Amino acid sequence: MDASDTSAVSVDRLVKLYKGVAAVDGISFRLAPGSITGLLGGNGAGKTTTIAMIMGLVTPTAGTVSVLGAQMPKERYRVLHRMNFESPYVDMPTRLTVRQNLSVFAQLYGVADIDARIAALAADLELGEFLDRPNGKLSAGQKTRVSLAKALLNKPEVLLLDEPTASLDPDTADWVRSRLDAYQRDNQATILLASHNMNEVERLCERVIIMKQGRIEDDDATAHLLARYGRATLEDVFLDVARGRNQREAAQ
Amino acid sequence: MIASDAGVNFSVRRVSAMVRRYWYLLRSSWPRILDLIYWPTVQMLMWGFLQMYVAQNAGFFARAAGVFIGAVLLWDILFRGQLGFSISFLEEMYSHNLANIMMSPLRPVEFIGALMIMSVVRLSIGMIPVSILAIAFFGFNLWSLGLALAAFFANLLLTSWSIGIFVAGLLLRNGMGAESLAWTIMFLFLPLTCVYYPVAVLPYWLQYVAWALPPTYVFEGMRALLIGHVFRADLMLEALAFNLVLFAAASFAFRKLLQSARVQGTLLQTGE
Repeated sequence: MDASDTSAVSVDRLVKLYKGVAAVDGISFRLAPGSITGLLGGNGAGKTTTIAMIMGLVTPTAGTVSVLGAQMPKERYRVLHRMNFESPYVDMPTRLTVRQNLSVFAQLYGVADIDARIAALAADLELGEFLDRPNGKLSAGQKTRVSLAKALLNKPEVLLLDEPTASLDPDTADWVRSRLDAYQRDNQATILLASHNMNEVERLCERVIIMKQGRIEDDDATAHLLARYGRATLEDVFLDVARGRNQREAAQ
Repeated sequence: MIASDAGVNFSVRRVSAMVRRYWYLLRSSWPRILDLIYWPTVQMLMWGFLQMYVAQNAGFFARAAGVFIGAVLLWDILFRGQLGFSISFLEEMYSHNLANIMMSPLRPVEFIGALMIMSVVRLSIGMIPVSILAIAFFGFNLWSLGLALAAFFANLLLTSWSIGIFVAGLLLRNGMGAESLAWTIMFLFLPLTCVYYPVAVLPYWLQYVAWALPPTYVFEGMRALLIGHVFRADLMLEALAFNLVLFAAASFAFRKLLQSARVQGTLLQTGE
């Protein structure tokens, strides 16, 4: 990896094998600081494994990952306090109230003024009415807002989102997207967004990486992808890639 | 980024965050607190009444004041110490919170530190009332053992933490499939560490195994104190030496199991 690399996230020839089967198969990409990138792919495409390797939760079989200049997973404790993530597949303790959960995670991330930060997030993400309610008593939409609050507690420079609006109704999902958009604009954060939701990626992301069976099938600016494939929506582009149609065939 | 004590060093602040997390959980659930007291009380009462019966019908050693009841209280320190450690760890898996924890800046050594503290907290909630009940029912005052009790307690707790650390590693590596070990592994120590009888009772070859386990020295030390009225500091030092080896081995195993979990991707999938 280039020592002068100024990318927020740098992934180089990354491979992850599980019992000889490639979950991620030699992918490379870089995320510029302050960019928002979509990671598209069907089930089993390798999106979650890629995010887990970027977070240092999974050790790559081969290749390297660097986040904010730190090699992952070896140097993860240098940068984990500058990163955060959100996934609907990870929950928070159900018996603890929202405030208790947020305050524990704020302390883990070394947030300086915990009460003020929770108050600010509660106002921004409209958590006030259930801040003192146990996490287990919240609706799916409320839980997503709490997970998002946890992900933003430390004002992360790198934010990894794994299907942040999965199982949400369209209104709540749209609301979450608007908050993510605002956070990225206000903080110049680098965001990698793994999703099945094409509208979401199209709306939020300036660049899209499309994965299929562990490999990167395409990687370009959203507008360029639409133009190259001659499609009106990202969903059509994704279907072309998923079904193995190349750009020329798709354009015809 | 608004972190105030970021960095790679050990952080008391992060350890206290985890202790707070477990404390919030404990105090929110009265069945959890009741469970800490219930079994130690039942055990203490059963063995206490058995000892009363034996005292009326058996010889000198069986009549020796508090041997059974002392054994059951010390056994509970060992067993509940490990259980307190392991259950706090399991709470993260039950609540699907483990990935949040493992992707946070919390270091494994800080996580282990918090679990050790919670093991003492849970043990105290259970054992302090039970030790007072032992005075009320049977006139057996565990606290009167004084310095010896401190030596027994420290050695038993060290063993319980070592086993807890090893089980936590297995849970990280194998997911909830290893859950039953958390509840049962300590029972392997029950016959081998000679909780209720002297080591001499065991077959000769098995005595070597027994003397390789730190709690054996504690239970022999307890009998020496209650029957012979002698505090065997030599046994406590031997227990400490074996405990240091056991703790180092458990920490090494945890480290290797965590590395393996990162390679196998089991931290992402902590279900069955």
